[in-house]
Amino acid sequence: MPLLSLHSLSKSFGATAAVADVSIAVEHGEFFGLLGASGCGKTTTLRVIAGLEIPDSGTVEFDDRDVTNLPAERRGFGMVFQNYALFPHLNVFQNVAFGLQARKMARAAVRERVMRALELVQLDGLDRRRVDELSGGQQQRVAIARAIAIEPALLLFDEPLSNLDVALREETRRELRALVKRLNLTAIYVTHDQEEAFALCDRIAVMSQGRVLQVGAPRELYEHPANVAVAKFLGSNNLIRAMRLTSSNDAVTKFKTLKGGHTLVVPATHEQLMHLPVNKPCLLSIRPEALVVSSSAGQDENQLTARIESIEFSGATTTVSLNASGLKLEALVLKADEFEVSDEFVVTLPAGQIRLLPEDSGQ
Amino acid sequence: MKNSNPKRRFALPRPSKFVLLAIVALVLLYGVLYPNARVFIGALQVNGSWSVANFVAMLSHRTVLESALTSVAVSVLTVMLCALVGVPLAFLFERYTFPGRRIFATVAALPLVLPPLVGTVAFIFLCGESGILARAVQHIFHLSKAPWSLRGWGALLLFHTYTMYPFFYVLTGAGLQRIDAGLSEAARSLGASRLRVLFRVTLPQLTPSLIAAALLTFMTSMASFSAPLLFGGNVRVLTLDIFSARQRGDAGIALTETVLLALISLAALVFFQRYEGTRRFVAAAMKGATRRRAPLKSGRARMLAAVCGIIFSVALALPIITLVLVSFSGDGTWTTQTLPPSYTVSNFSRLAADADARSVFFNSFLMAGIAAMAALLWSFCVTALTATGKPKRWKRLVNLLVLIPWALPGTVVALSIAEAYGQTNALTGSFILVGTFWILPVVYFLRFMPLVVRAVQASVEQLDRALEEAASVLGANWWRRFWRVRLPLIAPGALAGALLAFVIGLGEYVASVLVFTPGNRPVSIAIASAMRDFNLGTAAAYGVVLIGMIAMAMIVAGRLERSGQ
Repeated sequence: MPLLSLHSLSKSFGATAAVADVSIAVEHGEFFGLLGASGCGKTTTLRVIAGLEIPDSGTVEFDDRDVTNLPAERRGFGMVFQNYALFPHLNVFQNVAFGLQARKMARAAVRERVMRALELVQLDGLDRRRVDELSGGQQQRVAIARAIAIEPALLLFDEPLSNLDVALREETRRELRALVKRLNLTAIYVTHDQEEAFALCDRIAVMSQGRVLQVGAPRELYEHPANVAVAKFLGSNNLIRAMRLTSSNDAVTKFKTLKGGHTLVVPATHEQLMHLPVNKPCLLSIRPEALVVSSSAGQDENQLTARIESIEFSGATTTVSLNASGLKLEALVLKADEFEVSDEFVVTLPAGQIRLLPEDSGQ
Repeated sequence: MKNSNPKRRFALPRPSKFVLLAIVALVLLYGVLYPNARVFIGALQVNGSWSVANFVAMLSHRTVLESALTSVAVSVLTVMLCALVGVPLAFLFERYTFPGRRIFATVAALPLVLPPLVGTVAFIFLCGESGILARAVQHIFHLSKAPWSLRGWGALLLFHTYTMYPFFYVLTGAGLQRIDAGLSEAARSLGASRLRVLFRVTLPQLTPSLIAAALLTFMTSMASFSAPLLFGGNVRVLTLDIFSARQRGDAGIALTETVLLALISLAALVFFQRYEGTRRFVAAAMKGATRRRAPLKSGRARMLAAVCGIIFSVALALPIITLVLVSFSGDGTWTTQTLPPSYTVSNFSRLAADADARSVFFNSFLMAGIAAMAALLWSFCVTALTATGKPKRWKRLVNLLVLIPWALPGTVVALSIAEAYGQTNALTGSFILVGTFWILPVVYFLRFMPLVVRAVQASVEQLDRALEEAASVLGANWWRRFWRVRLPLIAPGALAGALLAFVIGLGEYVASVLVFTPGNRPVSIAIASAMRDFNLGTAAAYGVVLIGMIAMAMIVAGRLERSGQ
């Protein structure tokens, strides 16, 4: 039984549909991500879960109860806002105590809980400070302490790290996940940063234009994007436009690339092929790190001759742009010593790494 | 997670939108719509039947049209003169530093808090034909009579400029602070000369501030009453005409002229706001630092600026210094001498001892206090309705109706209330305000509530919505959110606005003189009657005490505003 489930939520602002038919189930103890470009509806979804927006249709169920119309103040969730939303007229202690006082908790108990929450985010000793005397990172921790002090049934994060600089962001990210796991909390985390979502979340829903495109564990999304939009959003996939050559619905099917006219062998399921007539264009995807670039051809399938167009060094890895008679490919390699621009190499596309994507209409 | 949901106890229900809407609608209906409609209807009726006779009579009276034209002309000239004084001053104080800048910058805004009637009285003591300056010149040059008379256009415009240039000074200064220094630096780097930058970059960006200042000045000048009354001489303006028509008992003409004054004021409001709409610029990116004040480097420029500053400050402070001086002179002792010949504290001790004088201060304090408090509560009602949620047409209408009493001169507001609540009728029942204590608090409330609503609205708009959302996610219900988050955050701005309304109410004269009763005589009326009886020392003493009260309120307001930042 999932802890939180959204059933076909929809929410429009004026003529624009911010969230359209979103259904998600989050298990107890899960760190769940909502990932998408800005304007994809992830924040609206989170605000509906928090009770800050009432959906036009659909329901929110929490712990087997319909909470769709329950006001935010009676849900008992914790939320960390993008700009932290710390109360400027209250000090650190008073900020963290706010939710406990709203619960009419005894003074001593409030004090104890606030101190413990501040300790958890390593802010002990700063409880008398005014919030505007704190650095951005410290303010962030106050916001987290305020959200966890009430021992929330569900913890919501709205891009909480986007205002921090890169080094601090990675450090806070690690601590945040450890904290949530240690307290055995269920968390929903909104972000537009794929790397952040991958590092933090157990499962992620990728959203675009108000819809959920795919839900899965980070690895699953990365290796098996369900469609073109997810493949495109999750970074630098090689997307190859191709046409099916053979008509038999075998497990291994031959495709011809539209550019370069190469023949590629691709494993495909019976079901995928059912909807794909011969000679109809489709998309194949392969991750750049799956490509093998070598100086001589071997016995493998899917080997093409390609010329190196550019080499971009970026620290641990190097991106090599290749051109195989018009078919452009990018390969990610660890060592690039032997490569020179305009040299010819053999590039191998391992059949097992190529994925056949159902092409959306209009894509 | 047990125990994580906030406990449900008995909680006060959040204020219903419909209750708020009902309150706002009733106040607007009975305070704004109905009285003004009554004025219109009254102007269109003669002996109970519909007629345009009043308008015909007014138009055939050349004097009325002349008064209207004079009012407009005085106001236009006032706007121009105030701009000439206020804008350069703002540039000087905002762009450069020199010794004494801070003090002069504060003194320059001083006339803002001077009640018009007190200012007028101080001006008479200082530059009237029997004032200190005129006497000094007469004695020095052994003239047989006063070298000038403080009457007519010159006197009126001088006084208007003195009291109203701070609108331009304060708003231009605030505008200059907001301008992105990067823009003029960019213009300079593109090869524009200083003068070109001023006219092509800086001034266009200042336009909204300048228009707002021009509007304020124009409206205040149209509504000006004390100055034309005391030294307008043969300059007849509309506010005076309305007053004397009412004194004569010519109600029809008074109402008709009131309509005319209201129409001119509203037309000016619409005109300025239209123009402002076409001239609003939003900088593409407001990330640049604000410009820092440049120190004046050359010794001569520093000297010049400092000397100008000193002369200017003294000139500004002189009327008030004079007032203080005269307040220590015995009534009737100051006759032909340049300065009052003898000094005594008898005026003040008499004010303290006299029950009548004490009651006058008490009345003003009480009535301004009631009006300011009511305006504050009312502002919360209005902003709770209009400042959150989606913009809607009815919200715009509410905001417009709230603004109307501000756009109307005090004379019009007082007359409309007197006309609407002077006798029993179907809509108001047997509710009569005229002749009761409550008429002045009501008029003050209507006159100053737009100011307070604006202040509260500005504070609410600056509130980060996420704060209240955070509070509600943390389990705070509506009342807790209001008391613990919203109220503390808007309190400084709201209280500063209410205090300003209180301060203006303390010295209110224009509306008071039309509808006060023996039971609620405010300070301003006491000052005016002391002047009429030539009890100059007493009048000045009243004024000094009033200024003292105002200064104290302003200091408190300043503290509040700073604590809010």
